[in-house]
Amino acid sequence: MDLANLVAQDRAGKVFLTVLTIAAVSISSLNLLVPESSALHLSTFTVTVAGKYLSYALLALAVDLVWGYCGILSLGHGAFFALGGYAMGMHMMRQIGERGVYGNALLPDFMVFLNWKELPWYWLGFDHFCFALLMVVLVPGALACLFGWLAFRSRVTGVYLSIITQALTYALMLAFFRNEMGFGGNNGLTDFKDILGCNLQKDGTRVAIFLLTALSLGVGYVASRFVVASKMGRVVTAIRDAESRTRFIGYQVEHFKLWIFVFSAVMAGIAGALYVPQVGIINPSEFSPLNSLELVIWVAVGGRGTLYGAVLGAVLVNYAKTVFTGVLPEVWLFALGGLFVSVTLFMPDGLVGLAQKWFRVWGLNLKQRSNA
Amino acid sequence: MNRVVRIHDTIDDSDGVASPELDTVHGPILYLEDVTVSFDGFRALNLLSLYIDDGELRCIIGPNGAGKTTMMDVITGKTRPDQGTVFFGQTIDLLQLDEPAIAQAGIGRKFQKPSVFEQLNVFENLELAMHTDKRVWPTLFARLQPAQRESIAEVLETVGLTAQRRDRAGSLSHGQKQWLEIGMLLMQKPKLLLVDEPVAGMTHQETERTAELLLSLAGKHSVVVVEHDMEFVRSIARKVTVLHEGSVLTEGTMDEVQNHPRVIEVYLGA
Ligand SMILES: Nc1ncnc2c1ncn2[C@@H]1O[C@H](COP(=O)(O)OP(=O)(O)O)[C@@H](O)[C@H]1O
Ligand SMILES: [Mg+2]
Repeated sequence: MDLANLVAQDRAGKVFLTVLTIAAVSISSLNLLVPESSALHLSTFTVTVAGKYLSYALLALAVDLVWGYCGILSLGHGAFFALGGYAMGMHMMRQIGERGVYGNALLPDFMVFLNWKELPWYWLGFDHFCFALLMVVLVPGALACLFGWLAFRSRVTGVYLSIITQALTYALMLAFFRNEMGFGGNNGLTDFKDILGCNLQKDGTRVAIFLLTALSLGVGYVASRFVVASKMGRVVTAIRDAESRTRFIGYQVEHFKLWIFVFSAVMAGIAGALYVPQVGIINPSEFSPLNSLELVIWVAVGGRGTLYGAVLGAVLVNYAKTVFTGVLPEVWLFALGGLFVSVTLFMPDGLVGLAQKWFRVWGLNLKQRSNA
Repeated sequence: MNRVVRIHDTIDDSDGVASPELDTVHGPILYLEDVTVSFDGFRALNLLSLYIDDGELRCIIGPNGAGKTTMMDVITGKTRPDQGTVFFGQTIDLLQLDEPAIAQAGIGRKFQKPSVFEQLNVFENLELAMHTDKRVWPTLFARLQPAQRESIAEVLETVGLTAQRRDRAGSLSHGQKQWLEIGMLLMQKPKLLLVDEPVAGMTHQETERTAELLLSLAGKHSVVVVEHDMEFVRSIARKVTVLHEGSVLTEGTMDEVQNHPRVIEVYLGA
């Protein structure tokens, strides 16, 4: 299927890609082109927050693919996001070189602090940007492949699968907390200086990463749309609604689930790699089971099984979170829980579903009026 | 009834899809020998032996709980028997294959409870069932060929759902779902069709059309029909097998079977 055709057939997708382009262009120009004295100027901080939302949106897209379309309720997708983030963090850590507090050219500060004498083997290669990019894709992909193969082959489904995905991310969190693991323990990786020779504190670099995130989200959307609009998308929907029936017409259900799970994990990893240079830190709390639960709430709020709903949910919920945690930080978790309960009860198809219902009613009214 | 007969054109095997070699030179297409299935000690199938000839239309009757559905579960890989052998042709050991592999080898099944993909439309249901390479990558890049569209259109016509082709399968009536599922079975181009209670919940007219369709399939395909509706069985059956308590009670023509003293006893509970 050629891409032009694909996008042409996806009306909501066209709207989404247009809005994304306009937002990306205007946010970066309001930062770079409008002088700081102007009321219209957007601070670099705001650009970075927007970039963070967009990387979350890419992550939400990944969750929607497996949950909304294939019915695999993964409560561990934060793990793939964090692994992608760590891979990128390791590269930026090695880029610091002699500029660290201890001035060690080879070892990151935390290793010097732990009295380590040489770089662990799994840190080798991360000084190359391309190697790090490869790991951003490969590590989450390989973990998803192994985990998915074991789980799907044993036909673990439903709530049991959700529980073991939570266990997966929890186990990784505990592991990454340990100093001996060599990923900086509970402090994680931080104090990054530059990426590809560009200073991370510079406005230009920040805006470039923001734009790259917007581009990745656009590409991620089109790729996901390609998958769900293909025959595979229909097979995957069939698996969601009647798994065993799908087997009896000749599809190896496990292979399809594994494919989409790995694809989604890779997307989550890329989202994590875009997130880390913008927030400037990656630590084991990114593996927290709570994070993975939040992702599912974003998708539920936006409306699952639509792709753009996931993006909308991620941006809106995170905006609400930013506002809330600024004003009433202790209330946020309750608000989030309340949001989830009310969405489940009153808006099972999320905001997108609600909007579609309104449009239908509205469209009907218009028709009736024109008939009269 | 030309419409029904046309299905022969739709179902041919010249599509180059690799499936295990089916060898039926010695007659039967399906062999079940001494198959036993127990659920917590209860024997749903008890040393069941059954042979289906190539091209045959066989009806299987038997009281509720006789093990008819369980037998289909064994053939299609859903249930593993405790003992016994199940062969498709001379060479394909079905006990070594999983459900998708059995389906791709050429055994199609219609379930007792109509099961279609409710969220997909009628056309998409048929498209998914279509006999083709069903591995992951080919499925991702699959595009409907004109010949494939044609065969879907033919099956739509055969099962009388052309007007509903864009409707969600979940919105169909019970009888229409039964027909859609039969359509899906036809799209699979199976060599052996297992049909579990096809006319349950159908109107008299729909039942008649189903009978015609199944009759038109026999010969080129082997068809095994499980049914309760005796009138229906009489209208299509050449050979009837009576199942009782997990094994074959008797086999023969409908008249022979209906006059068999044990069958009368089992059915009338005397
Ligand atoms: N999964 C199962 N677990 C326990 N018992 C079962 C199961 N499936 C079928 N049975 C039992 O096996 C017997 C045969 O069932 P079935 O094959 O569905 O009969 P039929 O289709 O001839 O009405 C019944 O007594 C049924 O209760
Ligand atoms: Mg039954």
